[in-house]
Amino acid sequence: MAAPALKILAWAVPLGLALLIAPHVVGPFQTLTLLYGLIFGIAVLGFNLLLGYTGLLSFGHSAYFGAGAYTVALMVKYFKIASMELFLAGSVLMSAVIAIVFGFVCVRYTRIFFGILTLALSQVLWSLAFKFFWVTGGTDGLRIPTPSLLGMSPGTDKMEFLAFRYYYYVLAVFVLCAIVMWVIVHSPFGKALQAIRDNETRAEFVGIRIRRYRLIAFVISGVFAGLAGALWAPLNGLATPDVLVWTFSGEIVFMAVLGGFHNFIGPIVGAVAFTYLKTYAVGLTVYWQLALGTVLVVLVLALPKGIMGLAEIVAARLRRPR
Amino acid sequence: MDMDAKAESRGPNGAIFVATIAVLGALLQAFAVSRIVKYLGMNGVILALPLVALGGYGPAIQSLLDTLPMNALRRQPMLLARPDARMADGGAPDAVLFLLLPVGAIAAAAVGAVLEPTLLRPFYKRPEEYQLLVTFGLLMIIEDCLHLIWGPNPLSAGKVYQLAGSVTIGTFRYPAYNLAVIAIGILSAVALWAFIYRTRFGVILRATSQDRRMAEALGIDVRRVYMMAFALGCFVAGLGGAIVVPGQSAVLGMGVDALILAFVVVVIGGLGSLEGAFAGALIVGFVREAGVALFPEVELAVLYLIAAIVLLVRPAGLFGRGER
Repeated sequence: MAAPALKILAWAVPLGLALLIAPHVVGPFQTLTLLYGLIFGIAVLGFNLLLGYTGLLSFGHSAYFGAGAYTVALMVKYFKIASMELFLAGSVLMSAVIAIVFGFVCVRYTRIFFGILTLALSQVLWSLAFKFFWVTGGTDGLRIPTPSLLGMSPGTDKMEFLAFRYYYYVLAVFVLCAIVMWVIVHSPFGKALQAIRDNETRAEFVGIRIRRYRLIAFVISGVFAGLAGALWAPLNGLATPDVLVWTFSGEIVFMAVLGGFHNFIGPIVGAVAFTYLKTYAVGLTVYWQLALGTVLVVLVLALPKGIMGLAEIVAARLRRPR
Repeated sequence: MDMDAKAESRGPNGAIFVATIAVLGALLQAFAVSRIVKYLGMNGVILALPLVALGGYGPAIQSLLDTLPMNALRRQPMLLARPDARMADGGAPDAVLFLLLPVGAIAAAAVGAVLEPTLLRPFYKRPEEYQLLVTFGLLMIIEDCLHLIWGPNPLSAGKVYQLAGSVTIGTFRYPAYNLAVIAIGILSAVALWAFIYRTRFGVILRATSQDRRMAEALGIDVRRVYMMAFALGCFVAGLGGAIVVPGQSAVLGMGVDALILAFVVVVIGGLGSLEGAFAGALIVGFVREAGVALFPEVELAVLYLIAAIVLLVRPAGLFGRGER
């Protein structure tokens, strides 16, 4: 247990330091892109508890992310709340409730049926957000002003706020989430999930209550996505049905695969890499979908274990004595 | 999707509306349904084939095949719309316009015949996550290719629609083109059924889907069967797209709409069943048309809820073969 922890620290510390000084080194644009990446990282971390550790491919994680974002937007609209902590609490609560309801239905199935069910249910939320425009603003979405952090007002310079204070706030939440997820997947509960993934029948014989474990994993996964949605909302400034639609779920899956879902940090790497990829592809060409689609197809064909899989191969090559 | 359908059902006002809604509704449903019958085409064929054949991977591939790529291919109508629009502008002979309708279908079939062996086949033996992903990637690529070739603006082939004129049924007029679409829908469903259950290739197809290895042992070129079936599915899907276009127009993203509806159709009807796809299409058509008139806010939500409920009660769908 100690050795892997040390190994993790060996790269986690420099990486953490790099993230800490990033806003002071790179410009605000880069910081914000990184910020988006970190936020998606939280969502994909949650998503990967299902795909990587429990073996369930959810094609409906936009539902929880969107639920988080819309919870924030509706709290602003109806209760005039401006506190980020309340936003986070509300979003966690809301996404947990939705994940419990949806999960209760979905975890009865596995494989493609699970995927279709999660997709169908997430589309229910999307269509509600899309159609009830007097509540949700329809396709125009809802505006979200800059929130107060830990009771401190955001100030007037929005860029400065987002690139520094909000960045560190998100970074703190991100680190916390990563630690929590690390503890979860290395706990007996996490091991049980992996046992379910590897062999459902054996896991059942060992005495693991499969459906309950899957449901708990589903809810944790949804809450992570909801939390990410809540963090995303003030950064984006606008919650639109785009974060609820199934293609966004597809992007979450894309991120996990890009980074490599057989790996703990793969999803984080994938989320940040995808954010950069998409930002630059969108900036470079209107045909960014073509570019991203090609990347995805090539990735799945040639590099099914993603960036981290590639890194492992490279590392193994380097380590091997010549 | 149902832009014209909506316009149609909103057109008549007051008492006339109430009086005619039933008849009109029925026609519009048939119209919508007949469009969805194309998805059925895809589903029917595709699902008849690799799905059960691949045993464990079946459902995955099937749903993939008849959702993502099919949808991607469904937007092949763009292929059609363009020449149509051009012709219409240039004042081409009217008959030519109608002859152009199958072009989209053939183009879609050609794309399918290329995609299946090159990009989809390598994934049949890998976990379904990858299949889903590669088709998701294909969806993005094809969508943007259409954007690249035909630009971002909707393309109209409305001239075909106008040329067909309208017919008077009782007291109200109804576009003849819609009637033709209904007829084509029914015809294509029957033709598809006949093809699968009454031809030699249909027998081979079903044999392959039942037991791929046995079919192979009997000397059937299974890979060719897959390719043909996929191309045929794409053909029917493309035909669907081509037929829809004159009534509305070819827009980017129309395939995604169709995809989601097709998804629901397959889930409701049951994976691997032609009858199921037809029943699913009917249900979706009815609910959509009723929804647009009665509960527009939750029309889509109701569709997905129906799909979710069906999956819960009968995981294999109404006509599914009972496998999970």
